[in-house]
This record gives sequence, C-alpha cells and structure tokens, in this order.
Amino acid sequence: MEKKEKKDKRKVPVVNYENFTIHTAIYKTLLTKKFKNRKAYEVTDPKLVISEIPGTVRQVFVKKGQKVEAGEIMLELEAMKMYNKILAPEKGVIKTVHVKMGDSIPKKFVMVEMK
Amino acid sequence: MSIRSKSNDLKKRMNNALQGGGQKAIAKQIAMGKMTARERILAIVDDESFHEYDLFVEHAGKDFDMDKKTLPGDGVISGTGTINGYPVCIFAQDFTVAGGSLGYMHAKKITKIMNHALKMKVPLIGINDSGGARIQEGVNSLAGYGEIFYLNTLASGVIPQISVILGPCAGGAVYSPALTDFVFVVDNISKMFITGPEVIKTVLGEEISMEELGGARVHAEITGNAHFFAHSEYECFSQINKLLSFIPWNNSKKAEPFETASPKRAYSISNIFPQDPKEPYDIRDIIRSLVDSSDFFEVQELFAPNIVIGFARIEGETVGFVANQPLVLAGVLDVDSSDKAARFIRFCDAFNIPLVTLVDLPGYLPGIDQEHAGVIRHGAKILYAYSEASVAKITVILRKAYGGGYIAMSSRHLRADFVFAWPTAEIAVMGPEGAANIIFRAEINAAENPEEVRQKKVLEYKEKFANPYVAAAFGHVDAVIKPTETRKIIAHSLNVAINKVVNRPNKKHGIPPF
Repeated sequence: MEKKEKKDKRKVPVVNYENFTIHTAIYKTLLTKKFKNRKAYEVTDPKLVISEIPGTVRQVFVKKGQKVEAGEIMLELEAMKMYNKILAPEKGVIKTVHVKMGDSIPKKFVMVEMK
Repeated sequence: MSIRSKSNDLKKRMNNALQGGGQKAIAKQIAMGKMTARERILAIVDDESFHEYDLFVEHAGKDFDMDKKTLPGDGVISGTGTINGYPVCIFAQDFTVAGGSLGYMHAKKITKIMNHALKMKVPLIGINDSGGARIQEGVNSLAGYGEIFYLNTLASGVIPQISVILGPCAGGAVYSPALTDFVFVVDNISKMFITGPEVIKTVLGEEISMEELGGARVHAEITGNAHFFAHSEYECFSQINKLLSFIPWNNSKKAEPFETASPKRAYSISNIFPQDPKEPYDIRDIIRSLVDSSDFFEVQELFAPNIVIGFARIEGETVGFVANQPLVLAGVLDVDSSDKAARFIRFCDAFNIPLVTLVDLPGYLPGIDQEHAGVIRHGAKILYAYSEASVAKITVILRKAYGGGYIAMSSRHLRADFVFAWPTAEIAVMGPEGAANIIFRAEINAAENPEEVRQKKVLEYKEKFANPYVAAAFGHVDAVIKPTETRKIIAHSLNVAINKVVNRPNKKHGIPPF
C-alpha cells in the first residue's frame, strides 16, 4: 500500500502580494477591486459646457459663431421633471453646438464648446 | 353560538389569513428561491415561540377598486418571539400579498411592533421583501414610511435594530434598513436601490442588471450598506442568531457573558507576525490568537477590508475589535475604512461593549481620489467616534503607528484607557524613509553619494524613533508588553474598567462629521 503524504493543514497558500507605495515606503499587500477601479482625476476644460445630469434638450438658443455674455441662457435641458437652464459660464464666442432640440443626452456630455 | 363554534369560526378566519397571498403566489415565491414570510420568522425564532399580532388587520385602500380586495394581514406579518430564549420583536413583509407593498395599515403594523420593541427594550428584527410603496394608497403610503424612519431613529442606540433584506427593497423603503444597526443580505435574493434598472434605463440610457446595480454582493463589497453577506437564507438566519449572542438586548444592559475558553493553539502570534514592518499578515489571525475559542465574528468582512471590525469574547465578555489589516492596502485609513470603523465604534459605545483596538497602519491613504472623496470629513469620523466613546477602550500598538493614523486609532490622546505597545511598535510622525528625507534633506543633498547617506540616515532614524520607548517615555503608552501576554493584559484591563465612569459637558447631542 502506498503511503499517502500527510498534508500540512496550516500550509500558507501562496499569495501574490503587490507593492503599495505610501509616501516613500513600499509595503507588500493586497489591493482591493474598488481601489484598482478608482477613476483617474481629469482636469475639466472651462471651455466645454458639459451636462451635469442626463436629460432631453428642449430648446437651443445659441448657434455657432454667436457672441454670448456670462450667464446668458444657451439651452434648456429637461431632466428630473425640471426645465434646467444651461447658462454660458463666461463671456465668449460659441465654437460648436453639439446638441439639437429633442436630443436625449447622457451625463457628462459636451453640449457646447466655446472659444 | 357556543364557545366551540366561535372557536371554530376563529380557526376558519385564521386559516384564511394564514394563506397569505394564496397558493399561486406562494408557488411563485418559492420559484424565486425564496422562503415565505412566515417560514422566515419561524426559522429565525425559537420553536413554538412566535406569537403573531394583527393577523386580522385590513388594508385601508379605498380608491382604484382596492376596497373590493382583501389583503391578508395587509402584506406583513408581525409579532414577538424568542431567540436563544431571549425575547425579540419581529416583522416580515409578505411578498405574496400585493407584492409586500407598503400601505397605511401595513406600516401601522410595523410601527406598532417597533413601538412595542422600544417600550419592552428588546431587539427589533425587520425582514424586508417588498415591491415598495402601495401606489394606490398615495400619500398614506409615504406617511407610513416616514413613521417607520422616525421610529428607527428614535430607537437607534436604545435597542439593537436588525434589517434582513430578503427580496427587493427599493425606493424610499431602503432608508429604514439604512437607519438600523445591522443589515443582512443574501446572494441572489437581496436587492436594494433607490431607482431600479428600468428607471435608470429610461432616464439615463444606462443598462444594468438588478444584481449589478444593487445585489447582495454590491452592498456587501462596494457600498458598505450591508454588514453580513450570506449564500442562503438559512446561513443568514444563523448569522443573526450569532450576532444576537454577542450583543445586549438594550442600551442599559451588558451582553450576556459566556463561559471563558482559551484561544486555539493553531493561532500562535510568533508564527503569524512578521518582523519586517513592510511584510503583510492577516490581523484576524492575531485577533483569533487573543479571543475565546479563537471565535471572531467579523462585521462588514467584504467592505473596506483594510480595516477589520467585529465581535469576540475575552474571558467570556463580549468585546468589539477594531484593527488595521496590513494584508489589504497595507492597512491604511481611507474614506471607507474610517466610515466603517466609526459606525462600529458608535454601536459598541451605545451598547456597552468595550473596544479593543489593534494598531498597525502606515497612516491615511494619500491620493487625489481620496482627497476629493472627502477623506478629511470621513477620516474625522473615526476621531470623533473614539473621542466620544465612553466604554472601556484598550489599545495595543503592534507595529506601525504613523502620523494621523496613530492619533486616530484610539490613542491615549483620544482618551484610550489603556495603551499598550509590543516591542515591535514604531510610533512616529511618519515612516523612517519619509522622516529621514525631510530631517536630513540638506545633509543628503550635499553628500557626494546621496543615496548612501540617505540609507544611513533612515537607519539612524529607525533606531532612534521607530520604537515604542519614545512614546513610553512620555507616558503616551502605558506599558510595553510581550506579545504573548496580550490576552492576559486585555482581560485584566477589562476587569479594571468594569466601573468606568466618564463625565462629559452637558449637551443635547454632538455634531459628528456626517
């Protein structure tokens, strides 16, 4: 009869630790899924007018090449049962309008570009 | 009518009501892999101990032909029972009756049993399995939710409140569990969200399954809404049972003591604990080496695993453990782990459970995402919770205790009652590398071989400051102890603190950073 090798129950499983730098020290540890999936920081371009909320474009008041004053209404976006007025962030000229009446747009959508 | 015929009439009425939504609806519930509401209650409480209230309650809907319908028990079963012989109040929403939807009388039944639990000072267990508000009853349904939330808040910190999510729990309904102390979820059965996948698809155009949006795993791992994750309803019920064995019935009692039992020999500190402060180990094994029968009941195991919280017993007495976990993210404090620990500390404090804190962390996690996610505000929660807690606080510093992390982890300065350090402890403003770089910057930069000088200075700093004796010299640490004596010393400290009294300035309530 073959002698079975006795298994060591307390044998530590091989774990692939990752290097994790905090300040200048490097630690061996595991990283969580949530940590790995964290989003990289992006600088937002002030020339882009981006939707903060998904919705439907109700009206467009500006067109390409038009001069606008800061605070002027550019669009009306229907979202969360409200007609939200999208205002020009600063004085400038419209470079491109990316939406038209009736468009359904998601969050973080570039609606208008300014020069 | 004779007593006998009246009794028979009662029996008939009861049998009718006990049918719930009827055989067809029950078959549907079973097909979804779910137990019925009544089965759930009977499985949680001791045999023969359940006493039902309000079986004959009728719903209050008048519009949309609702007055022509009967809804047995109005879709919720409530009553009292015992668990391990101790009384509890319990309710379970019955999905087979109008989808467990919450109408006015349904809510009245729940608030009645909640008030009862509050008056009798016994734990409350709520089983959620409901499609949401009963739209036909309009604002009365919302009124019902509001009443429940108010009572959840009133009972918070007075009686333990347990929520069990065994089906959908959507919209406003999610806020009752969110206000309670412990939320239990079961894989593939529990679903919690404010707006469901359909609304998200119509409004946002984003497609996602219910499971991915608000399934049990999501809440156990990502959101932190759930405290206990189980693979089956029975596993979930045994978790509830175990939790109740560790906590008191109410805030004027202590948890029931057990017979003392030694830790298992398999957990030996010298085998678990690596010398090099950069090497990981599982802090839970250290906890197991300290507690009775090595039985550590972890809370929120899957959420923010870089901090470990949970219950165990030392010489028969329940203690709450808070410990950095070097195995995950080097045990750093971050937004989630601070939030997780702070809530647990407050639970333990409210329910007279002494706190044992094991410290081994490199500090708060640096990074843009953390700063922008509010690590200042969330990190402050743990400072607040420890400072506020008046239960016995015992701290053991195992290895690293750097910077803000040292202060946050139940330091003497936040009024820990007992602070011990292992000889391996490194209590310092920052790790030796960082500190040497700053203190000796000029010297390093001026050197012919900067790297060599840097290494030398790191070692110098390490020898001088990376130890527990500087802190001990100022009395910030009460004693440097042998790791093998830790259990004995914690047990002794718990005994010393048994009559601890803390006097605080009068206030209505504090304003914690949440």
